[in-house]
Amino acid sequence: MKLNRRAFIKSAAAGSAIVAAGSIFPGISFAGWQQQEGASGQISWQKAPCRFCGTGCGVLVGVSGDRAVAVKGDPNCSVNKGLCCVKGFHSVQALYGKDRIKKAQVRRNGKMVEVPMTEALDLIAAKMKETIEKHGKDSVAMYGSGQWTIPDGYVASKLFKGCIGTNNVEANARLCMASAVTGFMTSFGIDEPMGCYEDIEHADVFVTWGNNMAEMHPVLFSRMLASRKRKKNVTIIDFATRTTRSSQAADKSILFKPSTDLAVANAICYEIIRNDWVNWDFVKKHTTFHKGKTNIGYGTEDHFSFTDVPEDISFEQYKTFLADYTPEKVEKISGVSAKDIKYMASLYGDPTKKVMSFWCMGMNQHVRGTWIQNLVYNIHLLTGKISTPGNSPFSLTGQPSACGTVREVGTLTHALPHGVVMNEHDREMAAKIWDVPVTNIDPKPTYHTVEMFRALDRGDIRFMWIQVTNPMVTMPNLNRYRNGALKDDRFIVVSDVYPTPTTAVADVILPATLWVEQEGMFGNSERRTQHFDRIVPGPGDTMSDTWQIIEVARRLGFQKQFPWGEDEYIGKIWEEYRRFHDSPKHNMASYEMLKERSGVQWPFVNGKETRWRFNTKHDPACKPGTDFDFYGKKDGKAWIWARPYEPAAESPDQEYNFWLNTGRVIEHWHTGSMTRRIPVLHNAMPESYVEINPEDAADLGVVNGEKVKIISRRGSVTMKASINGRGVPPRGMVFVPFFDESYLINEVTLDAFCPISKQPDYKKCAVRLEKV
Amino acid sequence: MPILSFLVLPQAGAMEQLCADLSAMEHCEIIPSDNQEVVVLVTDTPDEEAENKLQEMLKNLPSLQSISMTFGHNAEQ
Repeated sequence: MKLNRRAFIKSAAAGSAIVAAGSIFPGISFAGWQQQEGASGQISWQKAPCRFCGTGCGVLVGVSGDRAVAVKGDPNCSVNKGLCCVKGFHSVQALYGKDRIKKAQVRRNGKMVEVPMTEALDLIAAKMKETIEKHGKDSVAMYGSGQWTIPDGYVASKLFKGCIGTNNVEANARLCMASAVTGFMTSFGIDEPMGCYEDIEHADVFVTWGNNMAEMHPVLFSRMLASRKRKKNVTIIDFATRTTRSSQAADKSILFKPSTDLAVANAICYEIIRNDWVNWDFVKKHTTFHKGKTNIGYGTEDHFSFTDVPEDISFEQYKTFLADYTPEKVEKISGVSAKDIKYMASLYGDPTKKVMSFWCMGMNQHVRGTWIQNLVYNIHLLTGKISTPGNSPFSLTGQPSACGTVREVGTLTHALPHGVVMNEHDREMAAKIWDVPVTNIDPKPTYHTVEMFRALDRGDIRFMWIQVTNPMVTMPNLNRYRNGALKDDRFIVVSDVYPTPTTAVADVILPATLWVEQEGMFGNSERRTQHFDRIVPGPGDTMSDTWQIIEVARRLGFQKQFPWGEDEYIGKIWEEYRRFHDSPKHNMASYEMLKERSGVQWPFVNGKETRWRFNTKHDPACKPGTDFDFYGKKDGKAWIWARPYEPAAESPDQEYNFWLNTGRVIEHWHTGSMTRRIPVLHNAMPESYVEINPEDAADLGVVNGEKVKIISRRGSVTMKASINGRGVPPRGMVFVPFFDESYLINEVTLDAFCPISKQPDYKKCAVRLEKV
Repeated sequence: MPILSFLVLPQAGAMEQLCADLSAMEHCEIIPSDNQEVVVLVTDTPDEEAENKLQEMLKNLPSLQSISMTFGHNAEQ
């Protein structure tokens, strides 16, 4: 359609005003403009989930010609109801960075040279074959991400686990939500939250456990604040190790010493029992009590192995265990006053208040990550505040499809799209759907993420294909793993959209399509699957990660398992994958329905989404005749765990006398490879920094902006000090955001992990500071 | 022949009146927000005289609390 020039300028004028309104009035919506513009043919708007965090905001992407030009919140999406955060509003600009990778590259004589895609794909397939022949099937590995679309992860799992026969499939979600998974599995026997975001409007109390929602999940934080404004009787408690923007907005900020959240959670349970705030009817009908091994290690050594052995205990034994966690005793460990512990317990214990607990990396990236999840679930189970509107322990995720792709598709070494490789029935189901011999699927898991990179360093793995993630920024104790990847006889393939420190170690780089340049699905934190169409074309030779894997699979001789055409493969893959979840516990919506709606929550049964799992009124998978059914466990009961406080793997001492805590900022998403190419976000936060407590800074003689060297037993980084900035750590702690590849803070961090989840702890290691 | 866009805020409780007033004015197109009391106004006037007249009318509109320009284009420049 030929545009009238004047009409085009008027459209630009309107667009400019709407963008300005968006920045001044958060959440503002101009639904009328969409219809007007659609009718004129100038800008068309199509739905998609946001590309960044795990909230799963629905957005409308405005397209003019072949180019995505604008974003606005989708008022039809129940997640964000038209709201967007600063990253979401600017997200389409991530598609158009100047240094976008548009051609395949192959390392020749130490230099990367551009080659046709077919040549790069041929080389990858040949190298995989050669490596398997020389070193065995477990010498090749795939490392993906929670940004993989569901089809990406599904075909990766099918190729590696079903066809090649190795369980060497892992994803960076191991670094961000593995403890959430093992928390769910050990407490409920089934993964993912029982509640949903709608709980926010029902709750009277919010406790955020080590979770800076104001910066990490701003749209959900806005919903929380809006609820407080509307209902007047809402209380927000920020329970954290440093003061942040979330603390400033909370009704009360309570700081605890690193790792002592374990002790405080037990003390809250102690108080709930001491005051008889226990919901006895719920506890007797729906819970059992257990303990596991203690003093379980930290995983810092190669080949570390641990298996928990649960034992049944009685309520009286549990009560005796809690006697070590009186508020007065815990005050000495945690730095949290007994009064504040009792206050928190009273909020959870008040039968008239509905309580939500939120957490994300603070509890997940924790050497006792599984335990702390168990302990927060204990609080909700003892009080019966679970699986009902507004009563909701809620684990948030950081990536758009950590739930959809990694947890549901099962792109971790032990997992399958339904169940685990160790289970014969699950292997048989996978073999049948994948059309491969059941003997192809190895019953033994191989390497979790940290151990996978250790295996690459040792030489047990020789070939690794990395898609949609940037481990050469994110791996803890990074020096070891980068040196491992650079060894002469290792072959690294990286599929990505921009040059990163990970493409710098690659032997082959494949140009990938990004977000709405391809069709796909994500799965968010509240069990919502969200489809997006290919809305704009990708540049140059870019190809979806799914199709890259299909191309290589066919070159390896697996045409039968990957038969689909380029115009149909996403729909076909979805319908094949959906067969794994064909039960009332996990049934998923059809491809056609996903295309229509701004996300559909599972279990999706008889045309209805399930908002609250395990609650018979809402969840069709529950046995009739009971009010709750925790059907993930064989006896239908949730488990309350006795888990002790244990200190971090490495604590400050005389030589390394500060805690190092790492994390994120609102402007940048994870390693910044996309958001640092969005000018407005980059200019707002151009470089990383180290937050230092003002008194510590004074002791060091450091003023704001001066350079400080942060030194651990593993490495060092020099960066500018931020004193009384947006975040303020307590004395004896520093905080560094990890988004900036110019300051690789993970050269300093420690690769200790939770022995149950195998998720590393990025929040606690010991460092010393030097003024530069 | 300027094309301009503005963010316009109504007086308290006067959102509907403001939309009606602006819609009735020559050379004006409006896009009201569907969830907040903000109106996007796009003006497209044929000459300087019409532009000056329109600006004067906007300045004296009782239902209008504040107006701020977000975009300006003049084909003659």
